[in-house]
Amino acid sequence: MTNQTMTTRAKVERSMGRRRRAESRFRTYGMLSIAFGLLCLVVLFGNILSKGTSAFAQTVLHTEVHLDKDYLGLTRQSSEKELMNGNYEGLIKQQLRDEMNVTKRSQRRDLYSMVSVGAHWQLQGLVLDNPDLIGDTIKVDLIMDDEVDQWFKHDYPQGIQGRLSDVQYQWAMQWVEAGRLETRFNTSFFTNGDSREPELAGVHGAIKGTLLTLLVTFLLSFPIGVAAAIYLEEFAPKNRITEIVEININNLAAVPSITFGLLGLAIFINIFGVARSTPLVGGLVLTLMTLPTIIISGRAAIKAVPPSIREAAFGLGASKMQVVFHHVLPLALPGMLTGTIIGMAQALGETAPLLMIGMIAFVVDVPGFITDPATVLPVQIFLWSDSPEAAFTERTSGAIIVLLGFLIAMNTVAVMLRRRLERRW
Amino acid sequence: MSIIENHKTDGEPFCDNPKLKARDVCVFYGEKQAIFDVSLDIGANEVIALIGPSGCGKSTFLRCLNRMNDTIDICNITGDILLDDENIYAPKVDVVPLRARVGMVFQKPNPFPKSIYDNIAYGPRIHGLVNHRDELDEVVERSLQRAGLWNEVKDRLHAPGTGLSGGQQQRLCIARTIAVDPEVILMDEPCSALDPIATAKIEELIDELRENYTIAIVTHSMQQAARVSQRTAYFHLGQLIEVNPTDMVFTTPQHALTEAYITGRFG
Repeated sequence: MTNQTMTTRAKVERSMGRRRRAESRFRTYGMLSIAFGLLCLVVLFGNILSKGTSAFAQTVLHTEVHLDKDYLGLTRQSSEKELMNGNYEGLIKQQLRDEMNVTKRSQRRDLYSMVSVGAHWQLQGLVLDNPDLIGDTIKVDLIMDDEVDQWFKHDYPQGIQGRLSDVQYQWAMQWVEAGRLETRFNTSFFTNGDSREPELAGVHGAIKGTLLTLLVTFLLSFPIGVAAAIYLEEFAPKNRITEIVEININNLAAVPSITFGLLGLAIFINIFGVARSTPLVGGLVLTLMTLPTIIISGRAAIKAVPPSIREAAFGLGASKMQVVFHHVLPLALPGMLTGTIIGMAQALGETAPLLMIGMIAFVVDVPGFITDPATVLPVQIFLWSDSPEAAFTERTSGAIIVLLGFLIAMNTVAVMLRRRLERRW
Repeated sequence: MSIIENHKTDGEPFCDNPKLKARDVCVFYGEKQAIFDVSLDIGANEVIALIGPSGCGKSTFLRCLNRMNDTIDICNITGDILLDDENIYAPKVDVVPLRARVGMVFQKPNPFPKSIYDNIAYGPRIHGLVNHRDELDEVVERSLQRAGLWNEVKDRLHAPGTGLSGGQQQRLCIARTIAVDPEVILMDEPCSALDPIATAKIEELIDELRENYTIAIVTHSMQQAARVSQRTAYFHLGQLIEVNPTDMVFTTPQHALTEAYITGRFG
């Protein structure tokens, strides 16, 4: 008897070493996989941040411009229309030419191209704001062209000429020595719509388009999704038909998103005649895409409500509606919201279906309403990543940072909402 | 052990002033029959204890009395259950007012995740029993007092009901049930999750409630049945074996199965 217990104990002792090794091995695997995941994340963020942060800076040239009455043909009393049509472009060119003593035609072109084509809008804006400036000499920070901008931000610190021509390099160095070239925060990146000129291109249009599209998506998918989840979970009879509906909803969640784009193109645009390339049709398509996610997570949240709460309410004589709306729904809402935010985050990052419904169009204007042509952030990123200019590459990463910022903000809101609404039982 | 063929309930399943009358009640879960031809009266202002081994159908039978089994799709019930001589399974009967008349207290305390006040006020609110805030305050106070909880919670009526101890939660659930002023209270093992002190308080409460309400209580504790009830019904494998005054069941049981159960030969 004693002998036997001894051997049992010895056996257990012997197996302990193996079990401990297996456990520590498993822990190591776990830590390695987490480390790998973190590494990928760090590389991704590092890459995007290192490439993208410079998009938030813009090179400007400190300049004194004399708003010549005679050259512009304007007075302080000119009408707004006259002020708008003034030849500010010529004025800038003339002053630059005089300042740098350039006479040769080919050199002139080189010089003019160093300042952004949008620079004259700066002057126009200033004059429109305050017509009394006409005749005065004013200080402006002229936006530089993307070639100069890239050179100043990336090549100049390394002391190389980059893509500037010899004369351009000389002038640029002169400006640098005079302390006239400077980078400042790129506000136009957040206030401008898209543009062919990288230094003028901004994400405002895309952000607005994204917000409008997500608004449409949320307003449609949340009520429909929650209603469908409640009906399927609480009211629908359990039979063949509901089973088929359930299977199909689960399948829909796995359908490639571009298919929804095709569907949207065929149904919303071709049959119902919704204007293409608008947040309205984009939101409709993304609603189709997010609905299954919301329904599935909504049903899971409803299932997670303890049956004892239902019984308590039924036992008191609450009707089915009262049980659902007074007890089940408040308890399931945090889970439903989480599912909705996950669905919305998916919609936020979706590109493929929107390409099918024309949101890839080059839209300069910032959309004001859901029926205006618009694009969205991921599509904007896709568009810019296709452009050859180095400045667009930079802006691609910049827009990705903005998109990630949006995602993080949305998830934070989701977590906070859930914390606030969550109740224990 | 198997079902007894042609069994007729021993003892006195019927009484003089019945509040609830069950006649030939059979319950099926899909194909499986859970209750076999149970006929039983529950007298006004009495406490009847339903006892029996696990799975004998006593809880199922209790849940038939306020149609809580309706929420289970596969559950079918035949036979009649009459509340004040009205069949509660008649097609025109709405379960909502029925459950307001026949309240229920569950095995596990299940307060709503709301304040103590709102837990009590919920029933009166949905049934429109009160018109003013003051009336509601009164109902809440009266219900809590009857459940013997008022002194313990009067200073924290707006604290969450889930923050109370298990025994307090169960008394809160009883207070919630009596707030809608039911005629019958069904209790499904109300003390099984509680310690002996909390149990004693609930038992005391049941004894007091008997003055105003008819109570049917399912219990696993034979001592509890002996302490709180006037009549005891013994269920076995879905059949009602014996119904007799409680002291008789525990001293001189008529049926051999009842005797075997109360003497602890199975359970």
